[in-house]
Amino acid sequence: MGRFWSLLFLMVPIVGVLVFVWAMAGWPGMVNHWLPENIGGNEAIWIDRLFLFILGLTGVIFIATGVVFFWFLWAYDAEKTTQPVKYFHGSHTLEVVWSIIPAATLLFIAIFQMKVWANAKLERPQVDGLPKAPIAEITGRQFEWRIRYAGKDGIVGTQDDILKVNDLHLPINEDVVLLIKSQDVLHSFFLPHVRVKQDVVPGMQQFVWFKANRTGKYDIVCAELCGWGHYKMRGRMTLQKRADFDKWLEQAWQEQEVSSFAPSAGE
Amino acid sequence: MSTTAIQPHGGHDTHAPGMSVGQFISTYVFSLDHKIIGLQFLFSTLLWFLVGGLLALGIRWQLAYPWQDMPVIGRMLFSAEGGQISPEFYTTLFTMHATVMIFFVIIPILAGAFGNYLIPLMIGADDMAFPTLNMLSYWFMWPAFILIGMSFLFPPYGAGGGWTSYPPLSVVWDAAPGSHWPQSLWLLGVTFVGVSSMMGSVNYMTTIIQMRAPGLTMFRLPLTIWAMFITAILQAFALPVLTAAGFMQLTDRLIGTGFFLPDGLVVNNSAPATGGGQPLLWQHLFWFYSHPAVYIMILPAMGMVSDIISCFARKPIFGYKPMVYSISGIAGLGFIVWGHHMFVSGMNPILGMTFMVSTMMIALPSAVKVFNWLGTIWGGKIQFTTPMLFALSFVSMFIIGGLSGIFMAATPVDIFIHDTYFIVAHFHYVLFAGTAMAVFGSIYFWYPKMFGRMMDENLGKVHFFLTFLFLNGTFFTMHILGAVGFPRRLADPYDYDTFRHLLPMNRFMTWCAIGMVATQVIFAFNFIKSMFFGQVVGRNPWGANSLEWAAPSPPGHGNFDFQPIVYRGPYEYGSPEVDTDFYPQTQPPPADPARRYKAPDHH
Ligand code: HEM
Ligand SMILES: [Cu+2]
Ligand SMILES: [Cu+2]
Repeated sequence: MGRFWSLLFLMVPIVGVLVFVWAMAGWPGMVNHWLPENIGGNEAIWIDRLFLFILGLTGVIFIATGVVFFWFLWAYDAEKTTQPVKYFHGSHTLEVVWSIIPAATLLFIAIFQMKVWANAKLERPQVDGLPKAPIAEITGRQFEWRIRYAGKDGIVGTQDDILKVNDLHLPINEDVVLLIKSQDVLHSFFLPHVRVKQDVVPGMQQFVWFKANRTGKYDIVCAELCGWGHYKMRGRMTLQKRADFDKWLEQAWQEQEVSSFAPSAGE
Repeated sequence: MSTTAIQPHGGHDTHAPGMSVGQFISTYVFSLDHKIIGLQFLFSTLLWFLVGGLLALGIRWQLAYPWQDMPVIGRMLFSAEGGQISPEFYTTLFTMHATVMIFFVIIPILAGAFGNYLIPLMIGADDMAFPTLNMLSYWFMWPAFILIGMSFLFPPYGAGGGWTSYPPLSVVWDAAPGSHWPQSLWLLGVTFVGVSSMMGSVNYMTTIIQMRAPGLTMFRLPLTIWAMFITAILQAFALPVLTAAGFMQLTDRLIGTGFFLPDGLVVNNSAPATGGGQPLLWQHLFWFYSHPAVYIMILPAMGMVSDIISCFARKPIFGYKPMVYSISGIAGLGFIVWGHHMFVSGMNPILGMTFMVSTMMIALPSAVKVFNWLGTIWGGKIQFTTPMLFALSFVSMFIIGGLSGIFMAATPVDIFIHDTYFIVAHFHYVLFAGTAMAVFGSIYFWYPKMFGRMMDENLGKVHFFLTFLFLNGTFFTMHILGAVGFPRRLADPYDYDTFRHLLPMNRFMTWCAIGMVATQVIFAFNFIKSMFFGQVVGRNPWGANSLEWAAPSPPGHGNFDFQPIVYRGPYEYGSPEVDTDFYPQTQPPPADPARRYKAPDHH
């Protein structure tokens, strides 16, 4: 039976790797079961690269330890082995070796990722040496995203702001900065396709930024439990060319300013 | 199988026939005996394990068949919704599942059940240092059981703020439906668990320091005891923080203090009166306890697994001292990594970098442990018994859980995978595929000591095999969901275009989960059947070295029927000094000096 059990443990690295390869390749049964389309430009691509790099690295360790583990179980099965038990209590040299190698690897990852982290969370895009102003302010609220666009003057919080709910339009190919807040509980502003996630904390103001490079409609996900309606706190992000975005914004402004009490043409 | 070299007189009887009610109560209910208390913990936690498992199936049902009637039990439970799980109840399901599993299963089964049962026996003592405190530590679980049980009585039938209970959601009464009485009961319940653990922890520390048998130096302790010792220290330092924070949250809820609520909240169109606080403060305090707590949930398992593996590899543990140092290293570093739960919380990103570095560091001692287990089985004579299979699966599964941790430690990657199923996969590999499997292994291993009878090996192997398959089917696939960004805690993730196509995968996982829970019937049957019909065994059925195997099975009151004296460490398997392949800690060295092998005392 020992051999049977060793093989069972061998299945862990084999099936494990297979599942990942299957998903990455998008073979039938697992179509689109991998990182969603990345439209976040260079910064977001680096997050994926780091993910894949760590996947490769841990994959190698996973396979190596899994195979070694299997091999020991297979070779030293009490029913089969004829060698006497190796009576020893350890090896100082080995301990040192297998502490230093992982330490160096981990240190490497730690340093390697710092720049990506800084891009994502610390180095807000600048204009003329000043932090770029947010294009819109997003307020999380049970269970919707209230969006306030800066409008013509480019400043959020003035008379010409444009208000929308769950409908975020943004221009592509330029750095966009968003100001996020919450008015009630924690939410988390998650844009899977540009690899942005930031918890939205009441009492705090935070900024997120990215530069999308493709037009289309994408999900805004709430990723922090915010109450019973958490699952339906879905927003829509529409990415457009600058000109289309400006047109849309102008149209939104017109709609907003039309009073239902204003006399319509012809009266 | 082989028996011990020492066969002294039998143990004295625990119970005379014709016991009075008073005697029965003092022997089995309000017992001061660490073994009975350990078993009380064991039975209670196993029952809660069942509850937690059923709650998990509720979660899985919803994710596989959203808004569809639950077969059979649906109508009984939620007649109001016509047999469906409501979104309110869904928040309850995952909150209570996690609460039950963590606070009522994993922590008390390791420290309460195995800690109590094993510590005095493995160090050659007759009981804990403070038996009355020990009894209280069990009975203080009952207010917790009752309070959490009561929270199921108020709509929406259980707390719904997540097991992390993040404010303002968990504090403001109108923020969540479950936030009325259930949440307050939840907070009180968790506090009682804390009190219970605290009583246990001072007891374990004192007992291990003060009551070791003659000759049992610290570096001759089994790793199980080392792990329990370090865990007790962790608890002693981390728990007060949670207790204090829990009280602060309770006063925020009930008498309007504002530790965790900022100014200017508007919830449900009304403004709570308090303010001036900060939600992040709670997260810091909570994780300052709960991160070390994940080590409270794994270190004892690591210790027990080390003992089992060495025993069934018939070979000394590889690198005993490095194992001890890595347990201590994990515990020490465990206190400075809590912020890795908060990379995207709004905490200063510069702080994120320091937490990232300390988190990377903690992967090191974990890696050392894995290599040492591999070193232990190398060159042994491996016996594939049921306890060994579970212990080996701990190693195999912990490798996966450990490696997926590196993804999360890398802060930029965590931006994407935080709060997705990648996290759910990770902690289930560590806690369920790891710790819970180690617990099963330990039950099979120490069962003969506890009840004087063996569990059925064949049933045990079937139990292992099926659990292992279904478990990987359920949780391995969660990594893939995580890679897509599939968020956790959503009653209906399919509302999002990005995740709609993941339904079939979720269905697969749900059926695996159902299979896994069903498989546990085999275990329950084996456990109960063996108590009455299992093969009767002597003191040392596995041919193991540590002290508990020198006591009668089950040990009588006072544990040992002789004074154990310790001559060596617990891992002397395959020693050339004796003819047997094991060498109990209590067995005196051979008189013939020529046979005496100068074994290094673990270097
Ligand atoms: C029968 C086996 C189990 C199954 C099928 C299962 C299933 C699940 C599922 C589906 C979730 C996801 C909830 C979400 O949407 O976030 C979950 C969450 C969780 N489970 Fe388990 N679980 C099992 C055993 C355990 C055990 C033994 C533990 C021990 C500690 C555990 C601890 C947790 C924790 C901490 C969470 C996080 C809950 C949260 O989101 O707050 N589970 N479980
Ligand atoms: Cu939300
Ligand atoms: Cu939410």
